[in-house]
Amino acid sequence: MKISPEEVAKVASLARLDLPQDKLELFAGQLGDILGYMDKLGELDTDDVEPLYSPVEHTTVLRKDVARKDYNRDEVLSNAPEQDGQFFIVPRIV
Amino acid sequence: MSDLYKKTLTEMAGLLQSGEVKAVEAVRACLDRIEATEPKVRALITVMGEEALARAEALDAEGPDASKPLWGVPIVLKDLLTTKGVKTTCGSRILENFVPFYDATAVAKLNEAGAVVVGKANMDEFAMGSSTENSAFFQTGNPWDVERVPGGSSGGSGATVAAGQCFAALGTDTGGSIRLPSSFCGIVGLKPTYGRISRFGLIAYGSSLDQIGPMTRSVEDAARMLQVMAGHDPKDSTSVDVEVPDYLAALGRKNLEGVTIGLPEEYWGEGLDEEVEGACHAAVAKMEALGAKTVPVKLALTDYAIATYYIIAMAEASSNLSRFDGVRFGYRNKNAEELIDMYTASRTEGFGDEVQRRIIIGTYVLSSGYYDAYYNKAAKVRRLLRQDFDKAFEQCDLIAGPVCPTTAFKAGEKADPLQMYLMDIFTISCNLAGLPGMSLPVGLGKDSGMPVGLQFMGPSFSEASMLSVAECLERNLDPMPMPEL
Repeated sequence: MKISPEEVAKVASLARLDLPQDKLELFAGQLGDILGYMDKLGELDTDDVEPLYSPVEHTTVLRKDVARKDYNRDEVLSNAPEQDGQFFIVPRIV
Repeated sequence: MSDLYKKTLTEMAGLLQSGEVKAVEAVRACLDRIEATEPKVRALITVMGEEALARAEALDAEGPDASKPLWGVPIVLKDLLTTKGVKTTCGSRILENFVPFYDATAVAKLNEAGAVVVGKANMDEFAMGSSTENSAFFQTGNPWDVERVPGGSSGGSGATVAAGQCFAALGTDTGGSIRLPSSFCGIVGLKPTYGRISRFGLIAYGSSLDQIGPMTRSVEDAARMLQVMAGHDPKDSTSVDVEVPDYLAALGRKNLEGVTIGLPEEYWGEGLDEEVEGACHAAVAKMEALGAKTVPVKLALTDYAIATYYIIAMAEASSNLSRFDGVRFGYRNKNAEELIDMYTASRTEGFGDEVQRRIIIGTYVLSSGYYDAYYNKAAKVRRLLRQDFDKAFEQCDLIAGPVCPTTAFKAGEKADPLQMYLMDIFTISCNLAGLPGMSLPVGLGKDSGMPVGLQFMGPSFSEASMLSVAECLERNLDPMPMPEL
């Protein structure tokens, strides 16, 4: 399977990564090999098989709809690269 | 230097409970051992010397407590388990300065049981790797031969236990990351059934695969650790609410009569190193001599497990790692003027190569147009793999086979990512099916002199019988020495 560096760049941008050209080329070759290897799953007939997404198959667990405060604001903000004691600060969006 | 570090966890817990050894002495023995061996082994990202001694002093002031089975026992945690007030890096630059404000549930339970955390172990970045060469900080050496890898991604945890720096460590296992380093380092590693131990506070890689487990120097030690951590946790909706058996009571069986061991032909054939095959065969012969019956079983889809695993794991990783955006925690690029640029620059600079590679593949297999061909297809094959196991367990109680086709390889030897992924061929199916698995050291390879692990796999929640069979075999094998360092 052949993947071009341009395709890798497009997928990388969807994942919010910006890679230099040499890495795009390296990854393109490696991804081609890896996805080519993964294509072997096409050998198996799975038309009538239900997908298994998790080994624990149970209905969604919902807690009671009661607000609670497990952590305080200072704790939640404590690792933020930038904050003002009230909110997370981020660069402008537009 | 005291040789207390040579004791097993069970022996040390007994000495501490009886008052023969103070908690401070146990901690000092480990800190001395860390100081002596860490320059060669490099197993730990963070050594918590002061915190551990302060906690040990507090424990000593209260005195031994029989209700706390790990009272005073020094342990190490893989550095992706959150620890309140202690740096938790996940082996990544992006979390280099992350200090959580809560403990993972497994960590909280160990603390309640009286354990003393002395360090946080090195690991492949975000648990992505089979050799601990992908840590953002440094490589860890295998205590048996520091030129060789300790396995991964819990390689730091494996190395710290094998080197005698602590009496047990926690690892996590997404595709074999407890069992492989346990096999490479000559220790016992148990990956419990998915849902047996809460994943709350485990920084997720593949959420439907990850499971926390103990890495120890004896089977009984693993049972003691599991006993403390197992059980339902309301904070983790995938932790299962079923009764926790008495794992220690299951140990001590005289022989293996009445036990049927399945030997999958796919695990014992071509591609297996002779020295691994030799040591594993000898262990199986010993089980037969102890009364176990062995039967051939088929796990016909083994060849498809790696492709299935990497599609699912990378898809889940790309989703889990989207939270690392530089807003609430972790590394942030300070120069970006706009929000999207800040996300991109922070992630590009914060993640290492292997993590980026897996995020890109994960994004690719989840993208519209490829979702059905890759992710959904893999989820269907996953069910078939699970059915393969269900069929096999109609014929046997446990499955046995090698953990890995080889013993520990040299650092830098496997530069091609696909070759590295193939190291997980025997461990991955177990995670896809959510089943328990463990590695038991069964000797040293004839050519390399490196440890060989025998793997057991069992039906869901069969840890008690797995531990009992493994402990019986362990007692009847030559004792595993500690590496000379």
